[in-house]
Amino acid sequence: MTKEVMEYDVVVVGGGPSGLSTAIKLKQLNPEINVCVLEKASEIGAHILSGNVFETKALDELIPNWKEINNPIKTKVTKEKFLFLGKNKSMSWPTWLLPKVQQNHNNYIISLANLCRWLAEQAETLGVEIFPGFPASEIIYNDDGSVKGVATQDMGIDKAGNKKDNFESGIELHAKVTVFAEGCRGHLGKQLIKKFELDKGKNPQQYGIGLKEIWEIDENQHEEGLVMHTAGWPLDNNTYGGSFMYHAENKQIFLGYVIGLDYKNPHLSPFDEFQRFKTHPAIKKYIEGGKRISYGARALIEGGIQSLPKMYMPGALLVGCDAGTLNMPKIKGSHTAMKSGMIAAETIIDHIKDNKDLSIYEDKFKKSWVHKELHEARNVKPSFSWGLILGIIFTGIDQILFRGKLPFTLKHKHADHEALMSADKMPKISYPKPDNVITFDKTSSVYLTGTNHTDNQPVHLQLKDPELPIKYNLEKYDEAAQRYCPAGVYEVQTENNIQKFVINSQNCIHCKTCDIKEPSQNINWVTPEGGGGPKYGNM
Amino acid sequence: MKILVAVKRVIDYNVQIRVKEDNSGVVTENVKMSTNPPDDNAIEEAVKIKESGKAKEIVAVTIGEDKAQETVRKALAVGADRGIHVKVDGLVEPLAVSKILKNIVEKEKPDLVFMGKQAIDDDCNQTGQMLSALLKWPQATFASKIEVKEKTLEVTREVDEGLETIEVNVPAIITCDLRLNEPRYASLPNIMKAKKKPLELINATDLGIDTKPRIEQIKVEEPPKRKAGIKVANVAELVNKLKNEAKVI
Repeated sequence: MTKEVMEYDVVVVGGGPSGLSTAIKLKQLNPEINVCVLEKASEIGAHILSGNVFETKALDELIPNWKEINNPIKTKVTKEKFLFLGKNKSMSWPTWLLPKVQQNHNNYIISLANLCRWLAEQAETLGVEIFPGFPASEIIYNDDGSVKGVATQDMGIDKAGNKKDNFESGIELHAKVTVFAEGCRGHLGKQLIKKFELDKGKNPQQYGIGLKEIWEIDENQHEEGLVMHTAGWPLDNNTYGGSFMYHAENKQIFLGYVIGLDYKNPHLSPFDEFQRFKTHPAIKKYIEGGKRISYGARALIEGGIQSLPKMYMPGALLVGCDAGTLNMPKIKGSHTAMKSGMIAAETIIDHIKDNKDLSIYEDKFKKSWVHKELHEARNVKPSFSWGLILGIIFTGIDQILFRGKLPFTLKHKHADHEALMSADKMPKISYPKPDNVITFDKTSSVYLTGTNHTDNQPVHLQLKDPELPIKYNLEKYDEAAQRYCPAGVYEVQTENNIQKFVINSQNCIHCKTCDIKEPSQNINWVTPEGGGGPKYGNM
Repeated sequence: MKILVAVKRVIDYNVQIRVKEDNSGVVTENVKMSTNPPDDNAIEEAVKIKESGKAKEIVAVTIGEDKAQETVRKALAVGADRGIHVKVDGLVEPLAVSKILKNIVEKEKPDLVFMGKQAIDDDCNQTGQMLSALLKWPQATFASKIEVKEKTLEVTREVDEGLETIEVNVPAIITCDLRLNEPRYASLPNIMKAKKKPLELINATDLGIDTKPRIEQIKVEEPPKRKAGIKVANVAELVNKLKNEAKVI
C-alpha cells in the first residue's frame, strides 16, 4: 500500500537540542522555509535525559536575547567539587588543578528536557511544525540512492504483525534535506552510517551509559549551584566512569553515574554500580532523609573527533549525537549538539538557495568552534584505556600543560561490543541488596520513568538470531544483557529446566545500550509505536 | 444529530503521581498531561456514530487552563468538527463543570452529550450525573455499548451485577466506559487539519458561573506504604493468620 505523502523543505528527525536548533536556525535564516520536527516521545523532552551542566555558548548565538525571554536556565554554577573516592574515604581535588574544560563557573545547572520544551516553543513561534508521538521508522530513498525523506511508523499493529481495528498507516515525509537528530545511536542514523560508509577511516565509535536520579533533599544538605563530580570507587582502575551531583533549584539534586560501555567484565551491572555508589559516605550524607523522585538512563557518545563519522550524504545530514559531537572531557554535549544543528541549518539554506553541495557542511563544521573544541578534547577518552590513574596523569599533561595541542592523536582501538571478556575469566561482582531508602531495584526504578508501550504490538527489540542469547551468550557471558540493561528488559528464566530468554520490551526506556553492547550485535533497537517509552519530566 | 463531547486534561496515566511537599495537592509541574482516557472513548464513539451517518456534527468542549486546549485539538484531530475551550484557572469541581456544560448545552443544543465515566485525576464520577440533573435529561452511565435508534439510544451499562441494557430518550447524557471501543490514533495529516478547525474560547467568568470550590481540601497525602509480604508454611497457618492477625475471615 502506498503511503500518504507530505512534502517539506526540511524534515528533522528528533526533537532534542540539535534538531530543535536546526529548525530554529532554519526559520531565522528563511522564515518562508517549511520545516517539521518528528519526535518519537509523547511530548518534547519526554525522552531526553542529561546531567546537565549547560554551557550557553551555542544558545547565545542562536537566541542572543534568551535571558530576556522566560526560560528554564536559572541555576548558575556557584561552587565546584571534584572527589576521588576510595571505598570509605574521599579525597577532594582542588578545582584550580582541574583542566580548564572541566571548570564550570560560567555554566548553568539545567534540565535538558525543560530546555528542549522551551526550544520547541521558540521553534513553534517561528512556524516550525512539531509532531510528538511520531517516530520516523524508515528512511525513504530516491532512485539515485539519495535520501528522499522518512516514513513514520504504522500504528495499530498487533504482536504478530497484523493490522488491528484502529490501524493507522504511517505517512511519508519527503524533503529537500532530511536532518537526522535522533541522539546517541539513532536507529536510522545507524543505517545511514552503514549505507553511506560514513564511518570509513574513522575509529570505532565509543559509548557510555548514563544513569540519573533526581532527589529532593534536606535543605541543610542542599547548596543550589553546587556541581560535584567523582571518580574512583565503586569502579576499578580499569573501568572508565564517574559520577555527577548537581544541586538544582527547588531542593532538587541531579545525581548520576556514567560508565564507559567498553567495560570488560560481563558481571558488571551499571545500574547496580550506580546504586552502590550512593552508599558512599561522601554521597549518602547528601541524600539521607531525601526522596528519590525520578530515574532514567540513556547511552551517550564518547568517541569524539576520531570517531565522528562524515556528517553529510546525498539528501541528508547527521547532527548532534546522531553523529557524535559530545565533548567527553567537558562532559557536555548540548552546546556542541546545538551548534552542529545551527551549522546544518546554514548549510541547508546555502544548499537550497545556491544549490551548493551538502558537503560544505564539513567545511563549515571544521571552521567552527565545535571542531576546535572536539579536536582539543580528542586524547582524553582514549588515554583512559590505560586505566584511571594513567588516564588522569596523561589528561593533566594533555589538557593543563598542552591544552589539547599535543601533536598526535590517540586512537580508539575497539568497538564497545568487542570489549566483553568471558564470564569465567572475570571476577563475579556481588552487589548489595537494595535498602529501598538509598538504593533501589530496577523494577521500582523503571516505575518512576513512566515508561509504557501498548502491549499488543511487535517487540521493538529485535534479535537477529533468537537462539543466540541462550545458546551462546548465557555460557560465554552469563548473558550480560540481564545486567547492562538499566530497565530489566532482558531476563533469563528457567521453566521446567529449560532456559528461556525473555524480553520485557514494555519496560524499555529507549537508552539503546543493548543495541550497542550486545557482543554479537544481535539486538536491533527499532522504534516502537509512537508515544511509547519513558515520560521523563525534568530530566 | 449533534453530539457534544466533554474532554478533560489530566496527568498521563503512565506517570507516577507525586504529592506536593506541603500536602496541598499533587505535583503537576514537569509532568506529562494527556486526555482523560475514557474521554478518548467518548470522542471515538461520537466519531463512529458520525461515520455511520447518524450524526452530523461533533463539538468537543474542555474546561480548564490554557493548555487544556491540547485536549480539544486532539479531539479535533480524531474527528470532532469544532472545539470550545472554557477557560478557568485552578481547580474546578464537578458541580461547576456541570453548570458550565449546561450553559454550553443550552447554547449549542446538542442531541447527545458524551463524556468519560470519570476522570482519572479526582475519580469523582459525578459530572455526567449532575449535568443530567441540571438539564433534566435522561442519563446512561458506564456505557460499554451504544446503539442509536430512532429518537432513542440502546445503551449497555457496566454495572456491579454484570451488564444492564437500557433505552434512553434523546436528548441524553452518556458517560463512557473504557470497554466501549478502542480509540483511534490521530494521524499526522489529521493533526495538521485539526490546527485549522475552529476553536472558540470562552472565559468562564463571562458565563456568570461561580466556579469557586464547594469542598475544602484539608490535606493530600500519599497512601501508606504496603508492608512486605510473608510466606506461610501451610494452609492451616494461612487460615490462622487471616483469622487472628488480619481478622478478615
